[in-house]
Amino acid sequence: MSKLEARDVNLFFGAHQALKNISLQMEKHTVTALIGPSGCGKSTFLRLFNRMNDLHNDMRLSGTILVDNKNIYQRSADVDALRKKVGMVFQKPNPFPKSIFENVAYGLRINGVRNKNYIEERVTRSLQQASLWDDVKDNLNRPALQLSYGQQQRLCIARALAVEPSVLLMDEPTSALDPASASTIEELIYELKIKYTIVVVTHNMQQAARVSDRTAFFYLGELVEYDETKIIFTHPTHQRTQNYVTGRFG
Amino acid sequence: MSKKLMQAVMFTLFRLLSLMVVCILFSIVGFIAYRGLAVLRPQFITGLPENGMTEGGIFPAIVGTLCLMTGSLLIAFPVGLLSGIYVSEFAPDNRLKRFIQIMTNSLAGTPSIIFGLFGMALFVNQLGFGDSILAGSLTLAILVLPVIIRSTEESLNAVNPAIRQASYALGATRWQTVYRALLPLALPDILSGLLVSFSRVSGETAPILFTVAAYYLPRMPSSVYDQVMALPYHLYVLSTSGTDPEATRSMAYGTALLLILIVLFFNVLTVLVRRLLSKYVNIK
Amino acid sequence: MKKLFNISNTLITLLIKLCGLISGISVLLIIIFLFSEASGLFNKPSIDQETVIAISKKNTINDPEAIQIKQIFNREIRNWSALGGKPDSILLFRLDDLILYYPADAVTEVPDTMRARINRLFAQHDNLIGYFPASLMPHEFSGRVLRIPNLNVMDFIRGREWIPDARPVNIYGALPLITGTLWVSLLAILIALPLGLAVAIYMVEIAGRNINRILRPAITLLSGIPSIVYGFFGLVVIVPFIQDQFGLPAGESALAGAILLAIMALPTIISISEQAIRNTPQSMKEASYALGASKWQTIHKVMIPFASRGIIASALLGLARAIGETMAVLMVTGNAAVMPSGFLEPVRTIPAAIAAEMGESTQDGLHVKALFALGCILFVITLLINLSVEYMQPRTKKRMML
Repeated sequence: MSKLEARDVNLFFGAHQALKNISLQMEKHTVTALIGPSGCGKSTFLRLFNRMNDLHNDMRLSGTILVDNKNIYQRSADVDALRKKVGMVFQKPNPFPKSIFENVAYGLRINGVRNKNYIEERVTRSLQQASLWDDVKDNLNRPALQLSYGQQQRLCIARALAVEPSVLLMDEPTSALDPASASTIEELIYELKIKYTIVVVTHNMQQAARVSDRTAFFYLGELVEYDETKIIFTHPTHQRTQNYVTGRFG
Repeated sequence: MSKKLMQAVMFTLFRLLSLMVVCILFSIVGFIAYRGLAVLRPQFITGLPENGMTEGGIFPAIVGTLCLMTGSLLIAFPVGLLSGIYVSEFAPDNRLKRFIQIMTNSLAGTPSIIFGLFGMALFVNQLGFGDSILAGSLTLAILVLPVIIRSTEESLNAVNPAIRQASYALGATRWQTVYRALLPLALPDILSGLLVSFSRVSGETAPILFTVAAYYLPRMPSSVYDQVMALPYHLYVLSTSGTDPEATRSMAYGTALLLILIVLFFNVLTVLVRRLLSKYVNIK
Repeated sequence: MKKLFNISNTLITLLIKLCGLISGISVLLIIIFLFSEASGLFNKPSIDQETVIAISKKNTINDPEAIQIKQIFNREIRNWSALGGKPDSILLFRLDDLILYYPADAVTEVPDTMRARINRLFAQHDNLIGYFPASLMPHEFSGRVLRIPNLNVMDFIRGREWIPDARPVNIYGALPLITGTLWVSLLAILIALPLGLAVAIYMVEIAGRNINRILRPAITLLSGIPSIVYGFFGLVVIVPFIQDQFGLPAGESALAGAILLAIMALPTIISISEQAIRNTPQSMKEASYALGASKWQTIHKVMIPFASRGIIASALLGLARAIGETMAVLMVTGNAAVMPSGFLEPVRTIPAAIAAEMGESTQDGLHVKALFALGCILFVITLLINLSVEYMQPRTKKRMML
């Protein structure tokens, strides 16, 4: 049973068509990498699954987006509930200017959780899952902005995990980080896939090859090829994919 | 004329003109402070006007102005804050939003006497509040509304968009995002907008002329339907239509200095509040 | 729990939208009230509805203009021939004048007797013009009631005389007030703009950081000082100064107003044009320096042209502020509602007229409506200026909601 699915998706921003006729299924407990040159629509596609594109005024969408076989764009859909289920990590770490603890607790608090013990437990658990616990356990009341960039990004992952999502969308999560921090995050992605369905947008071919089970190649708003990562990187069907993954353009 | 000489001449000219302007501006404050300080005694602040307003104090006017400041901001701050939030965070980018922005901008540029006319027509006559604290506060509230809307709107706009994204991505509603993530960051700017409004309300004369201000009323207001004296109008009365303009002059200097001190107080407070809060709010 | 949360969330959203709407319509409300109050002045005669003006039936003149009636009762027109009638001197009658024609004790008699007497007067004197309360109108009136022409908007704007307390007809011509307002404000900006610009340039390019650190808060402070305080300063310093310098009987004059308004407009002009000049891109300045231009040449040829829109905007905003300024102007310009003839003459501006005359006029009278009409003119002028500033400075690029 597929966890995420797009059927015949066309997406417009004003007159510009950002996505053309895309159909794609992403399985439970897998890591899917979305690759392609800048402006190919991969980030836009990613953001369809937690409806982050909604905040553009001139967006028009046709086709269906399913999460757990439910159409998330139907009129009665609860966007806030969807976003709790589908967590997101952004390109640049964007912690709130609050303490480490409050950052992770934010999602719980906005859900009306008041139980202090439960919040503490969730915060600890999430920080452990994001392999940040050992770095910060001495003082959770430090301002989050005092952390290093790489730590901030893991904090953002912990923040997303705290509300217990089942899907994690990652929009180029390591592109703003140094190589050492990036590889920590990559290891983390590998561990997290046991519990979550993960979709990663990345520019980094090695990263896609290392962490993902399946890879989708986007070009100019079209889905060119979608297959197991091994196949995409070794025997792609399309010449364009071949050119991109071997670094001939993009 | 050589390039260098030309520059030297022009720069000297600018220096002199600037010096002149600064001297003029400071001399106004200095002059009033010099004449007013002698008058600014405890009895002046706490006393009632006596002897045809040539002696005594200005306590009723101070109380009146405090009433108007409290009343108008009690109305304008919540409405302005929520309007600013609406324009910045809730309104889709459509005609209504544009309309509200143009309207608030026009409101900001409207002469204060127009507010006086409007307040008289609507609050005093149409709604039947009469000359009262209520009518005056409502009039002043509309006057400072755009200041508060703008400072709220601009300070929310200045918050890093990544913060907004992070909050929405965790499933927060618009209001939760505003309340928990954005407002704490925008607070210093919003508070300075509030303080500017206080200082503005304290000195406005034209809007209260026909809506609340009393020429001479040496007692405390007992309800919002009472008239009151107010500092700026009292200064006007003292300097132009007192029983004896020459004899009331020293009272006028004292009142003028007090008005300047109020503005100074709020300016200093703004700086302090910003400095204090920016320690807690360290990113934008 | 979830349900409760949803309800409160919906409520607060509703409240926010409501407030946005209230703020949006407050200007509309102002416009509606201003214009509806003012509309009472137009398309009817500027005369108290209880008053009747009449002439003898034998008098053949056409209905005169309001201004001519004022001139008749002011004895500026003394002969009917000036109005196209038979050459005969004009005989005036006011109700108070009844004493001249009848013994004093007869005047206080019952209305019927009064009516008869008025009737007899108009029958006897061919050259008579007079006004009296409509309640004393005789049943078969021997005279002819004059129709006073309606006041229309153009007459109001173009009228060259403002005599709201003239009897029997009020004269509402806003031109002296409009001219007075523009006269004082434009002169103020002419004084303030070069000075403000000089300070702005000084702050951007010449003054060091430390000087700016003192100057900027000082200018903020000065822009916050209430206009009434400036007005008081003008009254005790500028007015006597001008009186002495020019040997005037009174120092209250257009010049005093203009100087004071210039001082008041300086903070606005300085801070906005400083910001505009400071916004010149570094690369543009460097390009100029790289070609060997001096600092002054760069300011003069690159930065000022770049900032010209901002500078004009600052001047316009200063002008709008000067035009709408009430208390300060009221205190120093002398308030004579006549066409200004020189800068040393007293003038009356629109805001000053509203502030000064509102207290003197009776509720619901024509005078109040005329003051509201002045308010409309003021509102339109400042709105036009503000909209043109808005138009000149397009708002910063739309921020994406996310």
